[in-house]
Amino acid sequence: MSGPIVAGKPVGMEVSIAIAEAAKLADVDIVAAYPITPQTHIVEHLAEIVADGDLDAEFIPVESEHSAMSVCCGTSAAGARTFTATSSQGLALMHEILFIASALRLPIVMAVANRALSGPINIWNDHSDVMANRDAGWVQVFAENGQESLDLTIWAFRLAEDKRVSLPVMVNFDGFMLSHVVEPVTLPDAETVRKFLPPFEPLQRLDVDAPRSLGPVGIPDIYTEAKKAQLQVLLDSYGPILETWGAFEKAFGRRYRPVETYRADDAEILMLTMGGLGETAMSVVDERRAKGEKVGLVRIRLWRPFPFDEFRKAVAKCKALAVLDRAISFGGPMGPVASEVKAALYADAHRPLIVEFVVGLGGRDVTFADFHRMWDETAAAARAGKAPAPRMVGLRE
Amino acid sequence: METQEIRFHGRGGQGAVTSATILATAAIRQGRFAQAFPSFGPERRGAPVVAYARIAGAQIRNRTAIQQPHFVLVLDPSLLRLVQVEHGLRPGGTVVLNTAKDEATVRKEFGFRSRLALIDANRIAREEIGRPITNTVMLGGLLRAAELVDPKVVAETMQEVLGAIGPRNVKAFERAMAETTVHEARG
Amino acid sequence: MAAQSAQPKWTELAAGTAITVPGSARFNRTGDWRSVRPVWDHAKCIRCGVCVVYCPEGCIGWNAQGYPDADLEYCKGCGICVRECWTACIRQVEEEV
Repeated sequence: MSGPIVAGKPVGMEVSIAIAEAAKLADVDIVAAYPITPQTHIVEHLAEIVADGDLDAEFIPVESEHSAMSVCCGTSAAGARTFTATSSQGLALMHEILFIASALRLPIVMAVANRALSGPINIWNDHSDVMANRDAGWVQVFAENGQESLDLTIWAFRLAEDKRVSLPVMVNFDGFMLSHVVEPVTLPDAETVRKFLPPFEPLQRLDVDAPRSLGPVGIPDIYTEAKKAQLQVLLDSYGPILETWGAFEKAFGRRYRPVETYRADDAEILMLTMGGLGETAMSVVDERRAKGEKVGLVRIRLWRPFPFDEFRKAVAKCKALAVLDRAISFGGPMGPVASEVKAALYADAHRPLIVEFVVGLGGRDVTFADFHRMWDETAAAARAGKAPAPRMVGLRE
Repeated sequence: METQEIRFHGRGGQGAVTSATILATAAIRQGRFAQAFPSFGPERRGAPVVAYARIAGAQIRNRTAIQQPHFVLVLDPSLLRLVQVEHGLRPGGTVVLNTAKDEATVRKEFGFRSRLALIDANRIAREEIGRPITNTVMLGGLLRAAELVDPKVVAETMQEVLGAIGPRNVKAFERAMAETTVHEARG
Repeated sequence: MAAQSAQPKWTELAAGTAITVPGSARFNRTGDWRSVRPVWDHAKCIRCGVCVVYCPEGCIGWNAQGYPDADLEYCKGCGICVRECWTACIRQVEEEV
């Protein structure tokens, strides 16, 4: 529920509604989605604005997320600007088709209200859903607040449809922690969005007048080359990502970078977050800076393709880096973000000490006190010159 | 303005989330910063539910749960027997109660020591709205207890969010502003 | 990509490994697979077209006399037409090796 929708100045708006409005501003042709908590308000609102005639699009109510993503592949291949949204088990049910969307270079945009995977059944926020789909070949970004959720959804179409890219884009925003919050969001006006996002001209489309086949068998003699081509396109999307964020800044005045920092320049101890925890972490940085501590924050905005160089630069001068993971790689090195970060630094001569934390699983609140404890422990580890084993924060034991 | 945190106690379907939304939306409209959010989880009609709002003069960089609210609103008097509504209330905080009882009775029955704002919201809602839906009435009680947001902006926002049922709710809200009684904390 | 070579480099693949030449399946001459071929007895054939519809290769068409006939470039000799024919007018004849 929101107040009236006005462009150009901050209005109180639920973040889910802001994302639906972003899809409307992007003038999507197709929405194929299945409702799932906490994504539901996005599809409810889109169904409503399509039914009211405020958006000239086809809303396709499917019987499952597997079907939703399958429909999205079909409509995108036919040349329609396609949007969907899901969460948790829904994303898991799409899993199979996610790989097809990226392999076929279909520029679908999907908002994912990040939520824990079952079991036990849990509808609350963490990142286990997206981490299980990390390697699906999609461009993946994380938003930290409502404005970013809206901005990145609009931007995602521009990037996805860039002919040098032509890949699906996943906009991650934390379920409940963002999806259900009413907060100030500024909607851009439709004309500026139209200029930023020209009509969709697909790289290729299914067309009876110029027939082609999408999705044929790739025999052993072709598959390796096909995967290399797919990998290279995702890696090469990095340039267009920077470029389109530049265009976004020019059009809307807000700047996005693959890695963003907060009071990090002279920081000795850094903390790394992804998604909605970033804002709370900033407030904790302010509290510790006020006491004279040299602490700062690194936030990964672009998760795939991983911004290795920017990340290395961001942490080059710090002594210790606390990495906050919102998911577990079971039986592996613990947190998927921490293991990524360690791999990124392996070859570097000067590496910060990395202290790993798993936080906020299945909606567990991460309090200011939790943040302070993590900073204390990281500082202690830096003094000792040795990182403790990865720790689950807030665990009763 | 120091950040003010408000907790709404209601039952699913009584509009606790809507009133938190109206309050936050009005604050933003007034140029302030605000958040409104439900207690995260399944939504069930009739079950005790909680909603929250934060209002601040600067950008709110805090996405933690509200544990120590400055204000607690109780939309449904029957909740007083089920829920510890004073739990976590900040020292100096205010409980805004929907009750037909007087201060002495309320304090005696429920042991409240905090600052109280009392309003017979059921009666106002029945008379003005025609149903005992008290969420907009209780906002009147809150704003009588503290000048968090300009009541005129709240009334405008209420009108826009609620549409056809707006005018009756605005009238109920305004009556609540006038009829709420505020009682300072007792040692 | 006009001519898709059998062993393209990764840079030579069409976007998304699409096949951009329409009807390219016809380059695959499945008639080579055949060990038996269908022969129609025109005395029994009622020209209903069931064999045309059922042929999984789509290689049965109509000849100049108005009878169904298989394009032996593509007929794999699968025998589905024989099985489906209403009047049992198609029989399989061994290919000479």
